[in-house]
Amino acid sequence: MNAFAQIRQSLIIALWFVFLTFPILAVRVNTIEKVVEWRWPNMIYVGIGSFLISFVWRYFLERKDQGAATVATPSVQATTVTELTEARQAGAKTAKAPAAAAGKPFMQRLMAEPRLYRPVLIVLSLFGLAFPFLPFASTYQINIVTNALLYIMLGLGLNIVVGLAGLLHLGYVAFYAVGAYSYALLYYHFGIGFWVALPIGALFAAIFGILLGFPVLRLRGDYLAIVTLGFAEITRLVLENWNGFSFGPSGIAGIPRPGLFGMEMDLHQVTIYIYFLMIALCLFTIFVVNRLQNSRIGRAWVALREDEVACEAMGVDPTMAKLTAFALGSTWAGLAGVVFAAKTTFVNPASFTFLESAMILSIVVLGGMGSIVGVIIGAFILILLPEYLRAFSEYRMLLFGLIMVVMMIFRPQGIIVGIRQIYEFKKASAKEGNRQ
Amino acid sequence: MFLGGLTRGSIYALIALGYTMVYGIIELINFAHGEIYMIGAFTALIVSSVLAFAGLSGLSVLFLAASVAIIYSAAYGFTVEKIAYKPLRQAPRLSPLISAIGMSIFLQNYVMLAQTSDFLPFPNLLPELTFLERYGLKIGSSEFIILVTTAVSMVLLTLLIKFTKMGKAMRATAQDRNMAMLVGVDVNRTISYTFIIGSVLAAIGGVLIASHIGRINFYIGFIAGIKAFTAAVLGGIGSIPGAVLGAFILGWTESFATGYVSSDYEDVFAFVLLVLILIVRPSGLLGRSTVQKV
Repeated sequence: MNAFAQIRQSLIIALWFVFLTFPILAVRVNTIEKVVEWRWPNMIYVGIGSFLISFVWRYFLERKDQGAATVATPSVQATTVTELTEARQAGAKTAKAPAAAAGKPFMQRLMAEPRLYRPVLIVLSLFGLAFPFLPFASTYQINIVTNALLYIMLGLGLNIVVGLAGLLHLGYVAFYAVGAYSYALLYYHFGIGFWVALPIGALFAAIFGILLGFPVLRLRGDYLAIVTLGFAEITRLVLENWNGFSFGPSGIAGIPRPGLFGMEMDLHQVTIYIYFLMIALCLFTIFVVNRLQNSRIGRAWVALREDEVACEAMGVDPTMAKLTAFALGSTWAGLAGVVFAAKTTFVNPASFTFLESAMILSIVVLGGMGSIVGVIIGAFILILLPEYLRAFSEYRMLLFGLIMVVMMIFRPQGIIVGIRQIYEFKKASAKEGNRQ
Repeated sequence: MFLGGLTRGSIYALIALGYTMVYGIIELINFAHGEIYMIGAFTALIVSSVLAFAGLSGLSVLFLAASVAIIYSAAYGFTVEKIAYKPLRQAPRLSPLISAIGMSIFLQNYVMLAQTSDFLPFPNLLPELTFLERYGLKIGSSEFIILVTTAVSMVLLTLLIKFTKMGKAMRATAQDRNMAMLVGVDVNRTISYTFIIGSVLAAIGGVLIASHIGRINFYIGFIAGIKAFTAAVLGGIGSIPGAVLGAFILGWTESFATGYVSSDYEDVFAFVLLVLILIVRPSGLLGRSTVQKV
């Protein structure tokens, strides 16, 4: 396409978007004072914006198409994201070996080599330990980071269900609510403390996960998404309306913060304490999820995601695999919920809306489905960025929606591609290479 | 109560048809469909208010507002498909689904930021029909109009799908996209048509229900969308008469349940019904169960 045709096309697109956004963006009616507010500048922004974006969009689409074309055959039959990336990797392998090594993304090379990632890890952990004592770390700052850590935990939990097992779960927040409410109610009725409530909350969430898992086992991907969404809405509506059980929309207040051997702590100290608690829990989560990923169950999940029928034929019980994915994924939400209740000392149903689920999902999608490092980076970007760009925070849900669409179109594997364990027989693969 | 359920059901039917048609043709749950309905209602509100301030009134306002709403909903439906779904036709199933959810969230927040997050009063555009009382019919005029409009839309849609060339192309694409392409059906255009028709129906539903209830906000699409989806699944997704039947059943269920049990749990019933249906009969009432081939 020559430059003139491109410009013409972009102009048409710009005009189309100006037309499209006209009633919503340019006109605002005030029905009380009966005046119409015309906002013409918006139209100019939309026009210029869509004109420029259309170039970028087209450029990336073309690049993506070319990328797909260089893979031996554009795999129309590819059923999952990883299969595509695998095909790409296979394509790279059949090419010259050095080219393949150079073509590997930087982050993947970084993660594959202990010599490279160890120093990074050490610096990061030192910073993590020192962070609350740095001069700029106010209570507010520590709180934000703790929040991000909470979302890392949630993201990693959801990652088990969505990233590994490939079950689109839109009601993850329900399990978060289960965790938070179980601590709140256990404390309210029985005076049970944080440390006892932590495993109980996780257990409740896991049981809930299994309860939800049973009916949805037979469903395919898209139905599953809707049922989990519906389930989360039911949970929220019940919490909101069942006053005798959950105290309705007003929620439960006065939940105690976690204690440390009965020590007296002021607010700042408690914040630091919760921060370290979250760090410990996050490390625990990362450790467990990592071990799970490479375990028998983890491999069964990945097999399930790739192809359910083939997976069943290979002797993996899909029912068990799905149930364990649901239960184990929910456990983390339960844990995070208990911490959330303890951190804010207050729970009400408004904290557990669909938007929360969407936020966790976009963390997983942005970071990379099935990749632990990706989820961590995704959580930091999506939680910290809107906090620090205050003017921006109004647009955060808009941004989350946009991220989901754009990531799916241009980079479905996320920022960081999950590394797959590749078992290789050196000799056999050499022979294969010769034959080709 | 029976009538209330019927009215509710007809609105759900109008939205559910969009879901079921899109699902039938590209096997995607168009999460953004509820938002198209919401945008239709908003556009109608804006146009009718501007016209009302300019001194117009009566049927001309209704007519203009509804047609602008229909045009804009269709345009949004078309654009959403082109941006969010078309590049992902060959992608694994999870990708367009996530993209659809993203689009839904985006459109909701776009309207919220550009307009307002409060409930806006929606003027009652539907005319008062005096002849209803004369014939002794115990039905509100807006309910009557909703029922008639829905029925007319259904008949038109059925005719369109059964007898026009476009309808034939749609049915062919729904059966087998590649085969349809081979026999010369312009698949891209057919899919666009499907989205446009679905959006038009959603816009009609949006204008009708907004006039009937009298207030809208940016969030109405979400709940309405899920309920319409429930209706579509109930009747068997991909089946057009199924969607209508499912919508009426859902409408009555909700109407009776809120009447006899409790109105606090109004939305819960729809979800419970959805979960039950999916457990007991995932293919829906009129749907054929598909055999998975390897």
